[in-house]
Amino acid sequence: MSSQTIAPPVAPAAPAGPPLLDIFAPDSRYTLRRTASNAMAVLIGVCALIAVAVLWLILGYVIIRGVPALNVAFFTERPLPYGEPGGGIGPAILGSLTIMAVAALAGVPLGVGAGIYLSEFGRGRFAWIVRFCGDLVAGLPSIVVGVFVWALLVKEIIGNFAGFAGAAALAIIMIPIILRTVEEVLRLVPHSLREAALALGVPQWKVVMGVVLPSARAGIITGVVLSLARAAGETAPLILTTLGNQFFSWDLKQPMAAIPVQIYNYAVAPYDDWHTKAWGAAFVLIVIIGLLSVLTRLATGGTRRTAL
Amino acid sequence: MTTQMAGAAQAGTLFPGLARPISITQDRAGAETMTGRTGHAMRVEELSAWYGAHQAVRAVTLDVKPRTVTALIGPSGCGKSTLIRCLNRMHEVTPGSPRVSGKVLLDDRDIYAQGVDPVQVRRYVGMVFQKPNPFPSMSIYDNVVAGLKLTQAPRKSELDETVERCLRQSALWDEVKDKLRQSGVSLSGGQQQRLCIARALAMKPHVLLMDEPCSALDPIATYKIEALMTELKREYTIAIVTHNMQQASRVADYTAFLLAGDKGYGELVEYGPTAELFTTPKDERTEAYITGRFG
Amino acid sequence: MTASHEAAGVFTGGRSSRIGDAIFKGAAGAAACSVLVILILLIGLLIRDSQESLVRYGFSFITTSTWDNVKEQFGALPYIYGTLVTSVVGLLIAVPIAVGAALYVAEYAPLWIRTPISFTIEMLAAIPSIIYGLWGFFILTPIMRSTVEPALKGALGPIPVIGGLFQGPAIGKDLFTGGVILAIMITPTIMAVSREIILAVPPAQREGMLAVGATRWETIRTAVLPYARSGIAGAAILGLARALGETMAVTMVIGNASRAVTGSLLTPGYTMASAIANQFTEADTPVYFSAIVEVALVLLLVSAVVNIVARLLIWQIQGGLSSRALGGVRV
Repeated sequence: MSSQTIAPPVAPAAPAGPPLLDIFAPDSRYTLRRTASNAMAVLIGVCALIAVAVLWLILGYVIIRGVPALNVAFFTERPLPYGEPGGGIGPAILGSLTIMAVAALAGVPLGVGAGIYLSEFGRGRFAWIVRFCGDLVAGLPSIVVGVFVWALLVKEIIGNFAGFAGAAALAIIMIPIILRTVEEVLRLVPHSLREAALALGVPQWKVVMGVVLPSARAGIITGVVLSLARAAGETAPLILTTLGNQFFSWDLKQPMAAIPVQIYNYAVAPYDDWHTKAWGAAFVLIVIIGLLSVLTRLATGGTRRTAL
Repeated sequence: MTTQMAGAAQAGTLFPGLARPISITQDRAGAETMTGRTGHAMRVEELSAWYGAHQAVRAVTLDVKPRTVTALIGPSGCGKSTLIRCLNRMHEVTPGSPRVSGKVLLDDRDIYAQGVDPVQVRRYVGMVFQKPNPFPSMSIYDNVVAGLKLTQAPRKSELDETVERCLRQSALWDEVKDKLRQSGVSLSGGQQQRLCIARALAMKPHVLLMDEPCSALDPIATYKIEALMTELKREYTIAIVTHNMQQASRVADYTAFLLAGDKGYGELVEYGPTAELFTTPKDERTEAYITGRFG
Repeated sequence: MTASHEAAGVFTGGRSSRIGDAIFKGAAGAAACSVLVILILLIGLLIRDSQESLVRYGFSFITTSTWDNVKEQFGALPYIYGTLVTSVVGLLIAVPIAVGAALYVAEYAPLWIRTPISFTIEMLAAIPSIIYGLWGFFILTPIMRSTVEPALKGALGPIPVIGGLFQGPAIGKDLFTGGVILAIMITPTIMAVSREIILAVPPAQREGMLAVGATRWETIRTAVLPYARSGIAGAAILGLARALGETMAVTMVIGNASRAVTGSLLTPGYTMASAIANQFTEADTPVYFSAIVEVALVLLLVSAVVNIVARLLIWQIQGGLSSRALGGVRV
C-alpha cells in the first residue's frame, strides 16, 4: 500500500529573464479555429433539426387536414359524383387490400423461395447472378415496372386495365425486398443448428423447412411486412395497370380502385371537398403503413441488427 | 544508467543522423520558457478517472521528470492506459461517460483547470498510439505536418524543413525521403509507427506520451523505436505505457508500477528510478510482478 | 441375411429424402429463377415494344423536343432534361443537409438521441411518394410561389450567370419545386447510409487527429470525412438513383406543361417518369405507345447505371450493408 514517490520537484532557480508564458492562453489563430468549430457544430445541429422537422411538417399536415374527412361514410361508401355530398373511399380500401393480397400470394412464396435458395444453396455463379438481378430489380423505378406490366398484361394479354395487373406489378416490387431480407436472415441462423439436425439424419429439405425457417421466423415476417408496407404506397405502377374504379369490385380482370390512386384522383380534381378526402385517404394510408412498421418492430422484438 | 548510455551509443552508430546537440525549446514569440533549458515536466496529483460509474484509476500521484523516460507498467486492467490518456485529456473523448478528478500539472499549469481547452493541451502534450494510425487519405509529407498546418500557418519552406527534421528525428527520413508523396499507409507497421512519432514531434510537444507503442510491432521494429526513445529523451520528456517489463528496464529512467485491486480500480503501488524499482523493490507486490509471479 | 435387410432398410429410406431434397432444391431454384425471368422479360419487352420508335427516330429521340402525336414526331429531350435538372437540384440540396444530419448523429449527439432520430429518418423513408406529392401540391407549391421563389429571383436573379437560373414568373409548379421535393425525399436515404459509413470510421483516426491538437470540426474535416469520402459518394448516388425513379411526388409539383428547354429553374417541365404517367392514357397509336415505352427504356438504362455505380462504391467500403440499413430505407 505504501507508494513511494520522489519528493515534489523544487522550483528550479529562476534565471532572470522573460516571465513564464501561459501556454494555454488563446491566441488569435486558436480563437478563430475554436469559433469555426463551434459554428460548424451549430450548422450540423441545424441540419439534423431540418431533417427531423420535415417529418413532423408532413405528418402534421396530413393529420390536421386529413382527420376532418374521417367518418363512417368515408370508409364504407364509394366516391360520389361531384356535387353530391358524402361518399368515401370504400372501394379503394377494398381494392388495395385485394390487390395486395394477390400480390403477396405470388410475391411471398417466390421471394422466400429465392431467399432460401440463395442462403442454402447459393454459392456458385448462378447465385451471384440471381443476387445481382435481384438488386437491379429492387432498384428499378416503380414506373418502369408499371410500364412493363402495362405493356405486357394490359395492352397484350388481358386487353384492359385490371386489378390482376396491378397485383403483378406490386409482386414484382415486393419480391426483391423479401428475397434480400430472407437471405440475410437465414444466413444469420448458426450453422451449428443445421449441422445438428443433419447429423441426426434429417434430410436437408426438412432441416430448412422445419428447423432453419422457424428459427428465422421473425426476420422473415419483417421482410414480408416491409415489402407490404412499400407496396401499399405505390401509386405509379397502379395508375398504369389498374387505373382505378369508382365502384366496389372484386373483379381482378377489371380496373380496380386503390388508395394511392384514389388520393391522386381526388387531389388533382378541382373540388375542395375532394381535396379534404384526399388528405383523409392519405391519413388512412399513413396509418396502415405505420401499423405495418409497428408490426415489424414487434416481430423482431425490438432488437436491431445494425449499429444505430 | 550504463545500459542506456550503451543504447544511446548504439543508436548513434545505427542512425548517425541522430547525433545532434540538445536544442533549447522555444515557444511562440520566440521567448524561452523557464523550463526551456531544463526541459518540461509533468506532475500528476491525486488523479482519479472513471468511466461512468466504474472507477478505473484512483488517487495516483507521480512525476514525469524532464528529459527522461517514465514508464507505467502493470498487468492488464491496472489502468495504466487510462492514466496516460488523462495526461493529454484524451480520456474525455473515450465513449462511456468519462470523468476525471485531481490535477495534472504541465510545468506548474494544471491542464484540468477551469477554462483550459483540451485542444490547447494536446498541442503541447503529444501522443503516439498502440496501433499506428497514419491518415490514409494523406501522403507521408502531409501526415507529418497534419497538426502543424492546423495550429499554425506555416510557410512552405517551414513545412519542408519540419518534415525533414521530424522524419530524421524519428529515424525514418532515409527510408521515405524519395516517396514523401505516397500514402501514409503504404509503409510497414514499424515505419508507420515512426511516422506517427514524427507527426507528434512536428508539434514540438513539451511532453510526448506513448501508449504501448511497440506492442503491435515486430522485434526489429521494436528495437528501432526503443533506440529512438533513448535518443529523443535528450530533447523531449517522454512517458510510456508498456506491458513489457524488459522494455521498461531497457528504456525508462523512472518507472511506476500500477495494480488493480479487488475493488476494480488501479492504484499506484510504487514509483522510483527504474534500477531501484527492479533490483530493490520496496513493495512485495512489485517484487511479485517483477519476478513474474503474476502478469 | 437379416442384417443386410435391415441395413438395406436404413439406406433405402434415404432415397425418398433424396427425392425430397431434389424437389426442394428445384423449387427454391425455380423461385430464384423467377427473378431472372422477370428482369429478362422486362428488358426484352421494353426493347421490343419500343422498336418502332427506336427505329423511326433513332438518336433524335433524345436530342429533339417535339412531342406531337398528330405529326408523329417524338423527342424526349425535355423529359431527360427535366429528370437531370430536378435530380441535380435535389442532390445539391439534400447532400449537405443529409451528411450534416448524419454527422450530428455519429459525432455530436448524445447516445440517447440516436434512436429517436434514426426512427424519424426511417419513418420519413417509409412515407409513400404520393403523400409527398399531396403535401408538395397543397403546401409546398403555394409557399414556393408566394415566398421562396420571388425571394430567390430578387436576390439571385440580377447576378450574371446564376441569375439565369431564376428567370421567368414564379408560379410554384416548376423544375425547382420538383428538385426541392426530391431533396426532401432522398434525404433519409442519404442520411441513413452516410451515418453507417461515418460510424464505421475507426476511432483511431479521430484520436490521431485530436492528439495533434485539432478541434472537433477539424477532426471531422481532415480525418473522418476524407476516410468516409467514397462511402458518402455512394450514399449520394443511391439518393440519385431514387430521385431518378420518383414519379408521383414530382408529377404533382412540376407542372407538366412546358416542353421548352430554357435555362431557368422556374419553368414548369416534365421528368421522364412524370411524362409517362401523364401521357400513357393517350397512347392510342402504335408509334405513340412505342415512344412512351422508349422513354421508360431510357429511364431504365439511366437508373440501372446509377444504381450499379452506387452499389460498387458502397460495397467496396462496407462489404455489403445489411438489408435492414438499406431495405428499410427504400433504396
